Amino acid sequence: MTLPRWVPAVSWLGMTLLYLPLLAVAVLSFNSTRYGQSWGGFTVDWYARMVSNEAILSAAWNSLVLGVISTVLATVLGTLLAIGLNRRPWPRWFKRGSDLAINLPVVTPDIILAIALVGAFAVLREWSAAFKPGMTTLIIAHTTFQISFVTLVVSSRLTTIGKDQVEAARDLYANTGQIWLRVLLPQLMPGIIAGALLAFTISLDDFVVSFFVTGPEATTLPLLIYASVRRGVTPEIHALSTVIVVGTMLAIIAVTWIQAARTAKPQE
Amino acid sequence: MRANTCGWNSRQTTCWSCAIKPVIIHDGYLTTKPHLYGRGALLVGLAFLWMGVFLFAPLAGLSALAFASRGEYGGVEWTFTWENLSRLAGHDEFGFSWNHLLILWRSVVLAAVTTVLCLLIGFPMAFWIAARPAAARPLLLALVMVPSCVNLVIRTYAWQQFLGSQMPAAWVAQHLGLVPDGASLYPTVTAVYLGMVSAMLPFTVLPLYTSVERLDWSLVEAARDLHAGRLRTFRHGILAQCMPGLLAATILTFIPSLGMFVISDMLGGAKFLLVGNLIQQQFGSMNNWPFGATAGLFLVIASLFALWGLRIVSEREAGRR
Repeated sequence: MTLPRWVPAVSWLGMTLLYLPLLAVAVLSFNSTRYGQSWGGFTVDWYARMVSNEAILSAAWNSLVLGVISTVLATVLGTLLAIGLNRRPWPRWFKRGSDLAINLPVVTPDIILAIALVGAFAVLREWSAAFKPGMTTLIIAHTTFQISFVTLVVSSRLTTIGKDQVEAARDLYANTGQIWLRVLLPQLMPGIIAGALLAFTISLDDFVVSFFVTGPEATTLPLLIYASVRRGVTPEIHALSTVIVVGTMLAIIAVTWIQAARTAKPQE
Repeated sequence: MRANTCGWNSRQTTCWSCAIKPVIIHDGYLTTKPHLYGRGALLVGLAFLWMGVFLFAPLAGLSALAFASRGEYGGVEWTFTWENLSRLAGHDEFGFSWNHLLILWRSVVLAAVTTVLCLLIGFPMAFWIAARPAAARPLLLALVMVPSCVNLVIRTYAWQQFLGSQMPAAWVAQHLGLVPDGASLYPTVTAVYLGMVSAMLPFTVLPLYTSVERLDWSLVEAARDLHAGRLRTFRHGILAQCMPGLLAATILTFIPSLGMFVISDMLGGAKFLLVGNLIQQQFGSMNNWPFGATAGLFLVIASLFALWGLRIVSEREAGRR
């Protein structure tokens, strides 16, 4: 197809909007000036200070722990949900209702999920002290919105693989355990991994929900950056942001590359 | 027939429900619906229990909270009142004020203008990516998606840095006399829009791309052959085919924009309040949860409309196949 000449121009404008500010921060992270933005010379000092900054290290650790635990929980729950919904002859009303329920957290603005959870935790706290704002509430909150994303991804994989192999396994007298471990789960694995990766990214990325449900001692990286913006930023935050941006970019490009390699390979 | 008709337990020789209920074939073996439901409930039960406790019940609670009263010391009193709703509509203890309606209006306008801007930039981008060689497309798409995976706070902070008083953009504006010397370009409304568009653009491009990629170009050629002008070709040949993607992109851009509070907070300054900021204040410093919940209800209703819209899109898609 031939496109009008302004189409690439507008596209590059879009790309510029996406990347220009990130580039600005990357440049500033190598600037030796402590206050303000005037160029004082090239330095990698901020990166060195970043890796010895207690607050940043503990926030990074919190983000990682939170991401891993909530992703594991959400992946297990979401995968079971997807299998249960897709592989049982549920009545129509139940299917429609579940569809709606699963899509709800995806389209609801996160601030709504956040305040709903804040209210829920306030009620639950009366009943058990375990729900005091902190790591536990963060993990519960993240798991709650991650389940939907895992279920959606795994469901689409379930549709792709179809039922033939499970039926064949049944005909060959496999019992339920064997079917799950030898047939269903291995075939589902790419979907489960993709769902888990998506859930993990969303957890790392989340600011709004964490902002509302966390307590004073559980700070994640996004919360730390927001707080530093409020207090007045140190250049270590520039360095940290740049590291996060580059890390995310490498991760996504790697995933795209692996997927491209997979699709290029003939079907097993 | 196998001894084990249900596959439920290898030691179980007969299933009590098979004997009395009509038998169906599912996954290639004989069983009954109640039995399947029983095991299915086990699979879906865990997740739905979790979502019930931490999502559906809290959302229902939130809706109830919108009609509760505020206690004397900031707590919640469960007595029914319309007061929060009428306060959102402008009637507070000091008489009528436009403040809250203005906040709602500003949020809707911001979300609408952001969506239009994103569509204007995102639609050409979708065509541009779709016209690249097949090998380059996933990478370009990934490049568009990468910023959306970088935390929003970082990206907004990046805009603050980019628009800072000593950066080239501000320097140009200062020399053109648009802003006073030494001033930065935020907090301004322009800064909010820059932040919004760059934050939402990936969510506009992705659904648009999926429908542009599947575009049937023979219909476009047919329109050309029938001497349709450029505009009519675009409208009836291209736009009509992209409608589902366009609707999905609109919803996926509009709803998150409506609930935004980080960008307006960091780039718009204290005067640029949105529903999101209002909710945050009521749940934070103001400690008036019922009123915050009422403002939240506005967003919930908007997102329910979104769900309904997406459902129509997916049903149409299913009908087309």
